[in-house]
Amino acid sequence: MSGPSFQYSRAANVHDALVQASRPGAAYLAGGTDLLQLWKAGAIAPAEVVDISSLSLDQVEFSDGQLSLGALARLSDVASHPDVKRHHPLIASAILASASGQIRNMATVGGNLLQRTRCAYFRTEGLACNKRIPGSGCGALRGENRQAALFGASTSCVATHASDLAVALAALGAEVEVLGAEGQRRLPLRDLYRLPAATPERDTNLTAGELVTRIHVPDASRFAARSTYLKVRDRASFEFAVVSVAAALHIENGRIVEAGLAAGGVAPLPWRLTRSEAALVGRAPGPQAIAAAAEIAVEHARPLAHNGFKVALLRNAVIRALQTIGGQP
Amino acid sequence: MLPGSSISVSLHINGRDHQLSVPACDTLLDVLRDTLGMTGTKKGCDMGACGACTVLADGRRIKSCLALAASYDGRSITTIEGIGTLNDLHQLQAAFIRHDALQCGYCTPGQILSGLALLDERPGNLEAIREGMSGNLCRCGAHPNIVAAIAEVAGL
Repeated sequence: MSGPSFQYSRAANVHDALVQASRPGAAYLAGGTDLLQLWKAGAIAPAEVVDISSLSLDQVEFSDGQLSLGALARLSDVASHPDVKRHHPLIASAILASASGQIRNMATVGGNLLQRTRCAYFRTEGLACNKRIPGSGCGALRGENRQAALFGASTSCVATHASDLAVALAALGAEVEVLGAEGQRRLPLRDLYRLPAATPERDTNLTAGELVTRIHVPDASRFAARSTYLKVRDRASFEFAVVSVAAALHIENGRIVEAGLAAGGVAPLPWRLTRSEAALVGRAPGPQAIAAAAEIAVEHARPLAHNGFKVALLRNAVIRALQTIGGQP
Repeated sequence: MLPGSSISVSLHINGRDHQLSVPACDTLLDVLRDTLGMTGTKKGCDMGACGACTVLADGRRIKSCLALAASYDGRSITTIEGIGTLNDLHQLQAAFIRHDALQCGYCTPGQILSGLALLDERPGNLEAIREGMSGNLCRCGAHPNIVAAIAEVAGL
């Protein structure tokens, strides 16, 4: 099982990578765990892969509370990094809930954020999918859509984004540094992604050849004692989230000063629950505030025929996550 | 470079150097099995789900079906052929036999390599072993015995 042949080139440095990836049909190869699966499944057919795995973009740096993750840092190295474990337990636990030990040794931070949205129709040749063959229709819309999105989907695509790390980073307000022919830019994680609308074949707002180089996570010391990643899945390990919630609270004098909340498995991108966050601020972390935040989280959910259970699951996951971190430290 | 062109790679496998010219699209798994005839590493799902293809790259477990061979130029690879011998089994292999940790045996090379890497991570309890071995599936259902074999070597 494999897709059509591709050319292979190895980037010697970042500049070299940008030049090589500007060629039509080129795709970056880092850990390869998503790219090779998609290629074997016939979902993508790059003309050329540009191997960036040996570029020196794998550092994990922590200073003055700020965490910087090189895009080529392996997930296992990030999760086991002493500063990440100590100062960003939310990131470490989200990563350890992801995939398997072997995959975490291969997969990179950048590749994880840029993994394609997940849907069986996208990954199965011969089924209708606008992501794979634009204009062929969305088979999941009226088909098997148990895993489909509750938010942000369109009639063209209802697939969800599967990254656990991205959900944690969304809750923490991370930013992404990208480099392209036009130079360097830095954007909020949310803006890395685009909603499918009528053109679901594009998952991100990156321009052709643009390279994610680093992830910047702001100081989260105020959250460190009160953060959790709750992942609900069909089996205990090595499985994508049906619904997940990353939650972080900063509580002072019995009142919530700040909340970070994001959900996974429910949208084409890590779904930050900004209105739930706002509803928590200024309140005591008791049952009423938590229930209100959970209700707001599902307010605009638009379930399809087979994924309605995710509405209750998300509401209850928000409640459980906030209960876990809202009590006495 | 033409599509399907060959890439020269140097792989250090089980202590031996191999200078190879491999098709650009070949996975490490295909190179091990088809180019080098080292068929101890198994192809199950070929999609990163089953773990039968697990090998070590510079001591860390990976799925060789999702590893492009060209991308592993210069790396040290350990496969099941590099673990123990018929007359001198590795203690994890011996523990698998003692605990009846296999039936058909197809997943066993991947289980052994994955288990060896997990032992290096020093799992503290049975739950950590079960979680740590979730990337290796056994369709015969020998999981409880696999966990027991690893636990014995881990001293749990």
